[in-house]
Amino acid sequence: MMKIFVSVFALCLLLGSGTVSAGVTLEAFKFDTPAEELHFKQLIEELRCLVCQNQSLADSDAELAHDLRAEVYEMVQAGKSDDEVVEFLVARYGDFVLYNPPVKPSTYLIWFGPFALLLLAIFLLVRAVGRQKRTAVTDITPEERARLDAALGTTPSQQDKQR
Amino acid sequence: MTRYLRYLVPLAIFIVLAAFLYRGLSIDPKRVPSPLIGKPMPAFSLPRLQDPAATLGNTDLTGKVSILNIWATWCVSCRAEHEVLLLLARTGKVDIYGLNYKDERPKAQQWLTQLGNPYVANAFDADGRVGIDWGVYGAPETFIMDKQGIIRHKHIGPITVDDLNNEILPLIAQLQATP
Repeated sequence: MMKIFVSVFALCLLLGSGTVSAGVTLEAFKFDTPAEELHFKQLIEELRCLVCQNQSLADSDAELAHDLRAEVYEMVQAGKSDDEVVEFLVARYGDFVLYNPPVKPSTYLIWFGPFALLLLAIFLLVRAVGRQKRTAVTDITPEERARLDAALGTTPSQQDKQR
Repeated sequence: MTRYLRYLVPLAIFIVLAAFLYRGLSIDPKRVPSPLIGKPMPAFSLPRLQDPAATLGNTDLTGKVSILNIWATWCVSCRAEHEVLLLLARTGKVDIYGLNYKDERPKAQQWLTQLGNPYVANAFDADGRVGIDWGVYGAPETFIMDKQGIIRHKHIGPITVDDLNNEILPLIAQLQATP
């Protein structure tokens, strides 16, 4: 069972990361080196298509995705940096085109919300556990304890030691 | 008090969650807010649809309240919107310009002869480059500019008569009133 779980997990990792998928047949873009091609593909994987909103520019077959790929290709070939390409697209289409949203006031909730919830959960957990410990000791009346000891066959001194 | 808290906290969480989900129902994810609002319109200069020898550019639109409507003959909802644009043009309250986006010239010319022409002039954007500069991702889209040529509003999707009465016309009146 464990083995199956591990292999499924490994498969997920393999599918989810690293692999630069060419979802659609990319236009015949020419690159001087394979490294340049890889760089281009990684760049368009990070950008979101506005038409099919759950696909990256690399995956989408929409008209606009074709046009934007060509635009990005030309900019990369012209020696523009990744930041310049991303800025070009953000200026026109907004942060929506980024799969990796920038950290700024309007995105604080996305970036820090989960951590805030985690801290809150830890705080509540610690408090709940602490309260439970305290109540466990004081809840029992001496008569109840005597009955408990009798039932369990333990002596009061042993009980105290265990506590 | 703590006794009530046990019931109030889940209730509060439920109410907040329900409010978010309810809001989510009325948000259309296809409408991506434009970063161009409040900025000067992107510069362009393109041949005109009806007269390829002449050009139409952003300078033609400045100095008055103007509308730029992005349309194409392959765009089905543009046909529905066309009637509304004709209505708006007939009010005479604003100059409507068109950006004929990734279209074929004869088809677009025929469209205007058959259905009527609400536009003062049309720019012919064959390869969609100017469309990209305006952040166009699907026709029809409509931009409204103030007298300084600053983009004040973007309407995504076809303009309906309701949109015209509740959104477009009030904004135009307001922009016309400011110098």
